[in-house]
Amino acid sequence: MPLLEVRNLRVEFPTRRGILTAVDDVSFSIDEGEVLGVVGESGAGKSITGTAIIRLIEPPGRIAGGEVLLSGRRIDNLAAEDMRHVRGKQIGAIFQDPLTTLNPLYSIGRQLAETMQAHLGLSDRDARARAIKWLEDVGIPGAAQRIDAYPHQFSGGMRQRVVIALALCAEPKLVIADEPTTALDVSIQAQVIALLKRLCREHGTSIMLVTHDMGVIAETADRVAVMYAGRIAEIGPVRDVVKGARHPYTEGLMGSIPSLAHKVERLRQIDGSMPRLTDIPRGCAFNPRCTKVFDRCLIERPDLMATDGASRAACWLYAGPKEARDAA
Amino acid sequence: MPLDAPHSSSAATTRPLLEVDDLARDFDVSKPLLFRLLQGEKKRILKAVAGVSFAIPKGTTLSLVGESGCGKTTVARLVVGLYAPTRGSIRIDGTDMATLTSRAAQAPVRRRMQMIFQDPYASLNPRWRVGDIIAEPIRAFGLLNDARAIADRVGELLTQVGLSPKDRTKFPHEFSGGQRQRISIARALSSNPEFLVCDEPTSALDVSVQAQILNLMKDLQQRLGLTYLFISHNLAVVRHMSDRIGVMYLGKIVELAPGETLFATPKHPYTRLLLEAIPDLDMTGRARTPVGGEVPSPISPPSGCAFHPRCPFANDRCKAEAPKLVTRGPAQVACHAVEEGRIAA
Amino acid sequence: MDAARTMGPIGRFLDSDIWYSFKRSPLTVGSAVVALSMITAAVLAPLIAPHNPFDLATLNLMDAFNPPAWVEGGNPDFLLGTDDQGRDVLSTIMHGARISLFVGFCSVIFALVLGVTMGLVAGFVGGTTDAVLMRIADIKLTFPAILVALLVDGLVRAALPRELHDRIAIWVVIFAIGISNWVQYARTVRGSTLVEKNKEYVMAARVIGLSSTRIMVSHVLPNVMGPVLVIATLNLGFAILAEATLSFLGVGVPPTQPSLGTLIRIGNDFLFSGEWWITVFPGITLALMVLSVNLLGDWLRDALNPRLR
Repeated sequence: MPLLEVRNLRVEFPTRRGILTAVDDVSFSIDEGEVLGVVGESGAGKSITGTAIIRLIEPPGRIAGGEVLLSGRRIDNLAAEDMRHVRGKQIGAIFQDPLTTLNPLYSIGRQLAETMQAHLGLSDRDARARAIKWLEDVGIPGAAQRIDAYPHQFSGGMRQRVVIALALCAEPKLVIADEPTTALDVSIQAQVIALLKRLCREHGTSIMLVTHDMGVIAETADRVAVMYAGRIAEIGPVRDVVKGARHPYTEGLMGSIPSLAHKVERLRQIDGSMPRLTDIPRGCAFNPRCTKVFDRCLIERPDLMATDGASRAACWLYAGPKEARDAA
Repeated sequence: MPLDAPHSSSAATTRPLLEVDDLARDFDVSKPLLFRLLQGEKKRILKAVAGVSFAIPKGTTLSLVGESGCGKTTVARLVVGLYAPTRGSIRIDGTDMATLTSRAAQAPVRRRMQMIFQDPYASLNPRWRVGDIIAEPIRAFGLLNDARAIADRVGELLTQVGLSPKDRTKFPHEFSGGQRQRISIARALSSNPEFLVCDEPTSALDVSVQAQILNLMKDLQQRLGLTYLFISHNLAVVRHMSDRIGVMYLGKIVELAPGETLFATPKHPYTRLLLEAIPDLDMTGRARTPVGGEVPSPISPPSGCAFHPRCPFANDRCKAEAPKLVTRGPAQVACHAVEEGRIAA
Repeated sequence: MDAARTMGPIGRFLDSDIWYSFKRSPLTVGSAVVALSMITAAVLAPLIAPHNPFDLATLNLMDAFNPPAWVEGGNPDFLLGTDDQGRDVLSTIMHGARISLFVGFCSVIFALVLGVTMGLVAGFVGGTTDAVLMRIADIKLTFPAILVALLVDGLVRAALPRELHDRIAIWVVIFAIGISNWVQYARTVRGSTLVEKNKEYVMAARVIGLSSTRIMVSHVLPNVMGPVLVIATLNLGFAILAEATLSFLGVGVPPTQPSLGTLIRIGNDFLFSGEWWITVFPGITLALMVLSVNLLGDWLRDALNPRLR
């Protein structure tokens, strides 16, 4: 049984021009101890998928369909009070801007201790001792002295370490990390990613890593889901998706990333841009930009299907009849 | 227009288009006078750029790369005249910008250089139509006066950056981020410049759109013989775009080398750290040795070599004495350890 | 989106979020209807008012103190009754609203032009100019607005001969109310200017060497006007009230050109002798006018604030 299972998740935002479907029929699962990367360009729905799982979507947005199961138990229909216990105790969250997670009015020690007391039922003394231990674990120098410091007394990188401690201290089974390193400098990014990976391995925590940075995914994730216009375009083991993408979008996306290892004269580019949610094309949402488009793509919307590789892709190129592939 | 002539390799031997010598800029970040008097604080000076020298030959690209706060954006703004330098000189095609004091005297030089900005959502005036945005430099420099001729030129520029001449009547909010950056490029090209300063032109864009813009910029460079000063924090993008690369740390260039040399044989410990730190597609599952420490505040930079607190090769000399840029083969490096041969070059 | 491109300015407006949020709020639509009909009635008063209260020839003292038409002893000729000189209350209200609105609009425009200019220059130029202008604003803020208005009026009254003063009295009131209100515009515009001037589109204009004046007027100004419109609308209600207060206190517009405030003051004398209509109807008109304008201002503020939408 997978740790997290998302089935046909659908998130809608009602607007006056009609209902926008930000996440459309998305299904995936995360195993225990696994790191699933979720990538996509802005507007692909990757962050909303993450916030939908922990039910923190800002109204008027709403989950309009599907199920979310944590260890086999549905959590998408829990009462708000019960959901609060799931958040923190079973699912931790790390966001892009550490300042949105940390309360500026409380010392970081108090925030850590309170989180642990709420979910683990520790005494004041134990909670404080564990808080120091956590700060040491995330590499904050002089943890015992700095435990009573306030968030603004830390640098951006250090704050994100505190946020990681805060997300992990109640020993959740899953951490949802939404662009955890985007606001940080490159030399700090590496430290933070390495830290997150090490701690989760030690505690057997699974990670859902949402980011636009393919490099971070390539280095961190076990499996990766590539999202496009609210749907998963391709999902599979990270090596296969990065090196042998099956969906034309993933292929184009990987080709468009400049590489450190070798220089090319021109980058591969995907013409056009992701459609706005207000006018998603009929059929496959990628069809206006796709170089391998054929009749079926314009009419029917593909679901994830097996490919000739290790990943599954939402692309008609891989639909049974061989003619389709030849036509492309 | 001489710009249309394709640049030859001999261009490198002629005078550089941009020469920057010992350029520095301080910012006063002190609290207001009254607070300082009451709290007995001293003035706080931020040395954003602390003595930077480089030159860009015509038709080539020099990139400045570094983390936030290293001063790369300040250099870009100094070059286009948005800030006045505290020290040092900027020469465009041999003309020292400091000698041009009046706006009228500056105009002919300003026309030859333009800037492309980072945020496509902030760089276009939301209340103006695209046609007026692109035509603004044409009108400001009085290049064309006839409304028809201006409209034709705007249409031509829009076509050149991959948009339609009909787009000129629309407002910026009707375009996506990538399209807006194209408009921004069209505006920059409208005064027929030879030199473009590009400040993180793709860092706000998605990767697939970034590829479009980088390709467009390369095409334009070839077609129009443009010279670029390219600012970015993204080493992969910099490698793709540049002929030469300067790595900046706390207001100084620590290493300046041709792109191939820099990536094949990085010399300065900071350059090595950066290359080591960046996740790359080709390095799936690679075990990394993250280097500790963070960039110190430029208000109170460390003594000697600013990088010494993070540097595994630092010794007492590094703590006391600031290293100068020393030529090592095709590269220039500011590092005592490299100079003394303590690190294998 | 595509539809919006092919539409003219009116089509674009009808398709805009502002119009949509307007239509969705019955209170706002109601306020707009009230405000618009009052403005129309006031502007067209000389044409549509049933009587001319300032034409002494048509006044008849026999008609004095007529109660409203529906009250016993009322005269159907005078819908809202008449005052002590036999003037039709409805007509005096329409003419009075005309004066009140005129003073309101003019003083708002005066305060707006002054405040926006000060704020724009302070924010854009910065440094000492900014410090000086903003300290002036701070000092201004320590005086209550009505006190400043009284002070200005008093000064002008003392300095000018009475006859001249009466002739320009309305402009003195406009100046007095305007001068006591510009600070709010200046502060708001300065704040937005500080944000806008660091945006890259302003840098793009500076890179091509445009003058500061040109950048301020053509680039920054259009982008800081949104909040100014909200303040202006809310301030209109305040200005009308301020004028009424001044006139009620007897230092506003001269009695030859009675505004709503003057009418309330005159009627006030008869309130306890039973002729309530002389003061109550102008009072209700003033209250409705200010309320509807303020409700419109509140709605505009919310509609222009993307975070609340």
